Amino acid sequence: MVQAEKGSGRKTVGAVLVIGGGIGGMQAALDLADSGFFVYMAEKKSAIGGVMAQLDKTFPTNDCSMCIMAPKLVECGRHLNIEVITNSEVASVKGSAGDFTVRLVRRPRYVDQEKCTGCGVCALHCPVGAARDQFNADLGCRPSIYIEYPQAVPLAYIIDRETCVGCGLCETLCLAQAVKYDDEAWEREIEVGAIIVATGFDAYDPSERKEYGYGRFPNVVTSMEFERILSASGPYEGRVLRPSDGDIPRKIAFIQCVGSRDRAIGNGYCSSVCCMYATKEAVIAKEHAPGVETTVFFMDMRSYGKGFEAYIERARHEYGVRFVRTRVGEVVEALDTGNLILSYETEGGAIEKEEFDLVVLSVGLRPPTDGARLAESLAIALDTHGFLETRSLDPLATTRPGIFVCGAMQGPKDIPETVTQASGVASSTGAILEGARGSLTRRKIYPEEKDIRGIGPKIGVFVCHCGINIGGVVDVPSVVEYAKTLPNVVYAEENLYTCSQDTQKRIQEKIEEHGLTRVVVASCTPRTHEPLFQETCREAGLNYYLFQMANIRDQCSWVHMRKPIEATEKAKDLVKAACAKAALLEPLERIPIEVKQSALVIGGGLAGMTTALDIANQGFRVHLVETAPELGGHLRRLHFTLCGDDIQTYLGDLARRVMSHPSIDVYLGSQMTDVTGYVGNFKSRIIECNKTNGEVNSEIGSEIEQGVEVEIEHGVVVVATGAKEYAPSDGKFLYHRHPAVVTQSEFEEALASGGFPTFIERQDQDGPIVMIQCVGSRDEERGYCSRVCCSEAVKNAIRLKRMDPKRDVFILYRDVRTYGTREIYFEEARDLGVVFIRYPDDEVPIVCSSIVGNPETRCEGNVGKNYDPGPVTVEVTDTLLGEKLAIPAALIVLSTGIVPDERNKAIAQMLKVPLDENGFFLEAHMKLRPVDFATEGVFVAGLAHSPKTIDETIAQAHAAAGRACTILAAGTIMADGIKSEVTKTKCAGCGLCVEVCQYSAVELDDKDNIAVVNTALCKGCGLCAATCRCGAITLKGFTEEEILAEVDALIC
Amino acid sequence: MIRAAFEPSIVGFLCNWCSYAGADLAGTSRLSYPTNLRVIRVMCSGRVDPELMLEPFLRGADGVMVLGCHPADCHYLSGNYQAEQRVHCVWMVLEHLGIDKGRLCLDWVSAAEGARFAELVAEFVSQVKRIGPAGHEESREELSRQDFIWRVRVGMRVTGTEKFRWLVGRQKALLDDKNVYEEQLSGERLRDLMRTVIAEESIRAAIELLTEAGPMSVKDMAEALKLPARTVLEHTAYLKRYGFVELHDILGRTPRYVSPRYTQAKDEI
Repeated sequence: MVQAEKGSGRKTVGAVLVIGGGIGGMQAALDLADSGFFVYMAEKKSAIGGVMAQLDKTFPTNDCSMCIMAPKLVECGRHLNIEVITNSEVASVKGSAGDFTVRLVRRPRYVDQEKCTGCGVCALHCPVGAARDQFNADLGCRPSIYIEYPQAVPLAYIIDRETCVGCGLCETLCLAQAVKYDDEAWEREIEVGAIIVATGFDAYDPSERKEYGYGRFPNVVTSMEFERILSASGPYEGRVLRPSDGDIPRKIAFIQCVGSRDRAIGNGYCSSVCCMYATKEAVIAKEHAPGVETTVFFMDMRSYGKGFEAYIERARHEYGVRFVRTRVGEVVEALDTGNLILSYETEGGAIEKEEFDLVVLSVGLRPPTDGARLAESLAIALDTHGFLETRSLDPLATTRPGIFVCGAMQGPKDIPETVTQASGVASSTGAILEGARGSLTRRKIYPEEKDIRGIGPKIGVFVCHCGINIGGVVDVPSVVEYAKTLPNVVYAEENLYTCSQDTQKRIQEKIEEHGLTRVVVASCTPRTHEPLFQETCREAGLNYYLFQMANIRDQCSWVHMRKPIEATEKAKDLVKAACAKAALLEPLERIPIEVKQSALVIGGGLAGMTTALDIANQGFRVHLVETAPELGGHLRRLHFTLCGDDIQTYLGDLARRVMSHPSIDVYLGSQMTDVTGYVGNFKSRIIECNKTNGEVNSEIGSEIEQGVEVEIEHGVVVVATGAKEYAPSDGKFLYHRHPAVVTQSEFEEALASGGFPTFIERQDQDGPIVMIQCVGSRDEERGYCSRVCCSEAVKNAIRLKRMDPKRDVFILYRDVRTYGTREIYFEEARDLGVVFIRYPDDEVPIVCSSIVGNPETRCEGNVGKNYDPGPVTVEVTDTLLGEKLAIPAALIVLSTGIVPDERNKAIAQMLKVPLDENGFFLEAHMKLRPVDFATEGVFVAGLAHSPKTIDETIAQAHAAAGRACTILAAGTIMADGIKSEVTKTKCAGCGLCVEVCQYSAVELDDKDNIAVVNTALCKGCGLCAATCRCGAITLKGFTEEEILAEVDALIC
Repeated sequence: MIRAAFEPSIVGFLCNWCSYAGADLAGTSRLSYPTNLRVIRVMCSGRVDPELMLEPFLRGADGVMVLGCHPADCHYLSGNYQAEQRVHCVWMVLEHLGIDKGRLCLDWVSAAEGARFAELVAEFVSQVKRIGPAGHEESREELSRQDFIWRVRVGMRVTGTEKFRWLVGRQKALLDDKNVYEEQLSGERLRDLMRTVIAEESIRAAIELLTEAGPMSVKDMAEALKLPARTVLEHTAYLKRYGFVELHDILGRTPRYVSPRYTQAKDEI
């Protein structure tokens, strides 16, 4: 498809439409905009942010959701090449991949987004106060003129026409004259080369499930409502209170699978995230309300992701969250307490009743209600559940070329998978629009920077009234008069809104008129407005860093409303401190770093090949290094996917495309032996081993003898080294002892070759096939879940049942983890008669056999390789029956887990990237940077990161390519000016700075043994400066002198 | 009487990504808190050098707050952990010097915790009010303003020493991983070592400060510092060996020592 598009010579538009401004849409937009495409982001609400903005914390790190997401929000809002179009929906799409014409309809906001400063005076006075606050899951109220949430982007108010009575008050209050009652809906046509659907999901409305009493009993809430209850910015300010009486609950129950795994309501799939979010909410509830008891009622614990199993264990043991395996039958309200009584059946079959103060329904993820309508206007197909149809071997493409999907609209998934897919679609999009890269992006041209050397600080101070937000409390004119008396201040004035367009011009005029060399703005917070004013300064020829802000609104007038005198004093102090620092500011350089526009991909398996192809298709050179003599990696052992795709055909085709791609150099039987450099400028040595047996020693370099060494230069690195299948050793489970014991992939191999493994022929041919789950996973040695084994077992069981319907198949499991739409295949397996037997976590099934001719003997692995085995039996405790069973089996299939490659360690050391406690590569951030490392320019994909399925590996490989291309496409990267700097004469070379730096930005110089900061990698946190033993490191922009000048000004 | 009217002056170092954002949210939510706090924005709480935690006291602050991201939330991955290590060590210094450690506050505020920020500020302000103006140590003997400043200056010297900074910088790594002998160091042992370093460096810092003002004999210094002359002698000898003090003159049988800085300053005049 990609090639055909390119060859056709049709018009290709270098712009992309992203539908949906949640975390998936934002990531896709940022990656695309950073790799040379203009992005239109259509969001149906009045602000972007999506569901993630509503969350309190995120699993498994308990990160504050808003903290980690806010930087992306702000970046989307002010990116030169992203246009956010809120309140809008897609009406129709014409054209084809590379050249679509999209008609957008925008609903009226009734507030001029350009003029609104987000000051909020209108909302404070709006007489309507009881509109439903959807952001707070309807638990609170808001006025008719409102913003979605305090950090909303764009920060512009909107009038809710349904509740607004049209009294006209907001218009009279708005000094910015932004209120526009006669606003109308309008349409707009845009031209784009590709479309990305990132609409996310709707939460299931549990009113339908009458037995749980949602909507009838006030103390039955949904998990989304509970999320807002937990949030510090939520309706109860983070206090865990129950809605009926505002009491702190003592006992909270979480009921899982509400609207999921429920064929009766038509949602047969698993929502993938509920087990984890419920556990998280149970943990956070305990943190917020010490002493509260939390119980999670679940069917299977699906903690299949990276770090999830450990999280559940911590919840259970450290926090004391109780987990009960059941499906709750009914919830009834106790007569006068508002408490709730749950009825459920225990695993042993007893009926229990238990009383709780609050019940949280873990509602599932549904396709958005308008999903079908959107699919229709885009002319793309939905799957049977109402999510967008994709193929497991092409998981990001919809049924219409040029239209891609990421996030929960493709199927239920969590934040990191959404972010992964988002970066992935950016890459897929980049590949089809390659020819138009940079054709529509804007680039700002700045005037030459003024040379301010020798002029000395001449400060201009601009104090903002922010309508009445500041001026109503702080005596602004007196602050201005005070500013005029401060040292180095040559000009000061007040503005109604310093951030307005006309004031920007005014600031520039004043810079000229008074020859200002520093600008101080006293207004709101630098977190949102500093970049705007810095731009203004730069446009007037002043260096970005000659600007300083005093936050006299968010941290002064707004919090000291009843103390105008003190607030004015504080405002003066803040202005004084800003001026004191401003006088010391120096111009800092944003250093351009040239990027070598090629990539090194380590590993030639599915992830490596997919990444390599993507990067090459985006027009960059790729060096692909594989230790084995052929491409394919772990995938060579798999034959079909859960939904029946032929893997080997796909693999063969993929390998051919890689080998024949003109921009990919493949190094087979080769290893990377050394890497130096940094983002944009890596240098690696690759040794082509002449050995072709594929067995490479874990000690890198040990087998390299007569190999040819090549040195390559590249701008980025992708680690896609894969992982291995666990193989039980020492005769455990009689593996490699008894011929009727095989692993799942050996079994698949046999199934794919059309028959049963030959050893069955020798055995009891009619006996059952028994699969044992969690072999080498979730045990003492490897605490994590290998994620794929349940689906693999189900896949092979279905295949077997289709070939041989009469044969009994038993799957011995602990939790069936067929998450997402894989659940349908679990259902299918059960319908086909596969028997699932749950065994207790601490009683692993025993595989034993007798020795031929001596039926009394019993071997459990304590035998040599060459014993003569008799029939094999599995002994297992069935938790449902509470009995021990002995199942004589024709064949035993071990669902062995995925273990990290032992070579990871050496590679991690070379690249200076970390591994997690299990030996997989550890990404920069589990939630929002799933394929990046903290070390810039280095990315990870596939099994090297953690166990995952084929479609997930493909998505992640696309993502790594997408992230890598943001660097490659840039050509040069502009590094921020705030950097650490070493005073060579003071440095003792102790290396503390090297140790504390998380970004490998500081190194000891080989020659002189002094610290050297790599400005390309330094993030400007200042950790090294504060740690340095000898005061040799300065953080430019936040120097000791500058901070002390502030201290001085604030106190004295 | 004084305390009733006492409005403490407080400096807060807030990290850009979480605690400063939380402070902004307190504003957006129109929560009110005392006006005593003056905020300085830094990119990361890990930027706040131990000396920066003490310097405000020299300049007249009664309390200092260091607020960062919650554990695991740090925008720079581990800056808040380093800040935590440092504050703990500075607390030890304050304790040693008889300054109420309640004057230095370390806490975490997320971008969503506007209310928590407001509460923390209110709590800290009342805590500092309880302790009293700098010098009026509630839990300790009453200090004069001058004595308080003296102790802060000693503290700043201590936190500026290479020994102190090395231990602070290595502390987390030493506790998380093994030491160079592949041994696991106990937190208690490390704290003991830290206490010793603080105690010794305090004496040396005091000697340096005294001799910077003019020539002093061991006996004079011992009296001023309320320490056994023998201890002062040991440390003076140590400082002299490394050139931090030098022999000035011998009055009768009593040698007097002086800091090279004193000599320099005099020469310049």
